[in-house]
Amino acid sequence: MGYTLNFNLIWRHFDKLWGGLLLSLELAVISIAIGVVIGLVLAVWYVSAGRVVRGIIAAYVEFIRNVPLILLVYLVFYGLPTVIDVAYDAPTSFVLTLSIYSGAYLVEVFRSGLEAVPRGQLDAGKAIGLTPWQRLLHVRLPTMLRITLPALSNTFISLFKDTSIASVISVPELTFGAQWINFNTFRIVEVYLVTTAMYLVTGYTLLFGLRLVERRFRAAR
Amino acid sequence: MSADTNALLDVRDVSKAFGSVAVLRNVSLEVKRGEVVTVIGPSGSGKTTLLRCVNFLESYDSGSIRIDGKEVGFREPGTRQRRSERDLAGMRAETGMVFQSFNLFPHLTAAGNIMLGLTKVRGKSQAEARQIAEHWLGRVGLAHKADSLPAELSGGQQQRVGIARAVAMEPKILLLDEITSALDPELVGEVLAVVRSLAEDGMTMLMVTHEMAFARDASSRIVFMADGGVSAVGPPKEILAAETSNERLRSFLARFRASHF
Repeated sequence: MGYTLNFNLIWRHFDKLWGGLLLSLELAVISIAIGVVIGLVLAVWYVSAGRVVRGIIAAYVEFIRNVPLILLVYLVFYGLPTVIDVAYDAPTSFVLTLSIYSGAYLVEVFRSGLEAVPRGQLDAGKAIGLTPWQRLLHVRLPTMLRITLPALSNTFISLFKDTSIASVISVPELTFGAQWINFNTFRIVEVYLVTTAMYLVTGYTLLFGLRLVERRFRAAR
Repeated sequence: MSADTNALLDVRDVSKAFGSVAVLRNVSLEVKRGEVVTVIGPSGSGKTTLLRCVNFLESYDSGSIRIDGKEVGFREPGTRQRRSERDLAGMRAETGMVFQSFNLFPHLTAAGNIMLGLTKVRGKSQAEARQIAEHWLGRVGLAHKADSLPAELSGGQQQRVGIARAVAMEPKILLLDEITSALDPELVGEVLAVVRSLAEDGMTMLMVTHEMAFARDASSRIVFMADGGVSAVGPPKEILAAETSNERLRSFLARFRASHF
């Protein structure tokens, strides 16, 4: 009776988890970087565009937000190559998916931030003779960044956790590493305890770092 | 054209409506070089809108606004064709504006707020811009706050930075939009002192204010607006006289005295 914890087998295969964690981070960083570019460009476009463009961007955002990520992962990895002539490995496919996915969430974050920049600051930028592009670059974006930093941090952490979905297409990230050890050692409790701790520590470290950045850039009132 | 006057700012028959509500009705006024013209009037009389039309932060439906003979928002001659955004930016650089709510850029220091226009619009080097910024911060009594962020400054200090930011660009005319209305009473004096010293230096100004004593002492002329139109214009003594024959002005001044004294 009773279950005796035995971590020995976990430590023996720890390289699967450690390598997995590094890959998870890599997937997250690349996807978020691409997502930030997508989000920024579309958000800036949205706030200055007409009805049609707004409609298209809103449709993209709504589509992504209402479809589970795991489904998008399957669609891009298994579905897309059968319809059009593309070939990519699983990690690339996942990065593509998570980039499009994070882009949609980040459009929303940036858009609400851009719209929250006080009108008076834009007037002040106009009054000293800045061109629209200069106003965007030197007034609107810096202020938007301060306003959105807390929401941005939360989105980043959330996207990091979403990399675990990559395990369903056999990308050897952290969750996949955990499953591999589970299948090969049957130490189910131990491996998921260790894996949970690894997500927790990494997520918390990221959050702590981002909060430090926020404090430095705290929006001036 | 108003070739007979040497008006720096020439506002002619400007009208503007928000939907069916007329906010400006055939407003005409002139500001000569070195003059300080104050606009007073009840709230909702169109004072702020008029000021915002002068640097084309807002457009207007008809009439013309010229600075130094150049139409501000529209392409000459007398067309209703809006200038390009780039052109507008160039025109706006010729006017300075100070806002009721300061509107400093929160991510930039006091010096940085002043330097932004100098470097990006005037094309000055960082070092040169910094020097000009420090000069103007000295003029408004804030030399020691050059590296403070707006959030670290009091309202009065922020507004003085706002003034320094506007005048550092060497505008032809300075527009002051109720610049003391958002300040605690004890901070009003320090801001008005700066405006007074600029007036003494010959800066041309068009201001909207509720500070009647200041308007009386600092203005060359006072414009009284009511219901979107100019109701009376004249030297301070004449306009602020209690026995004026202008009905609207008399009741405005009476109400004003009752609530402020």
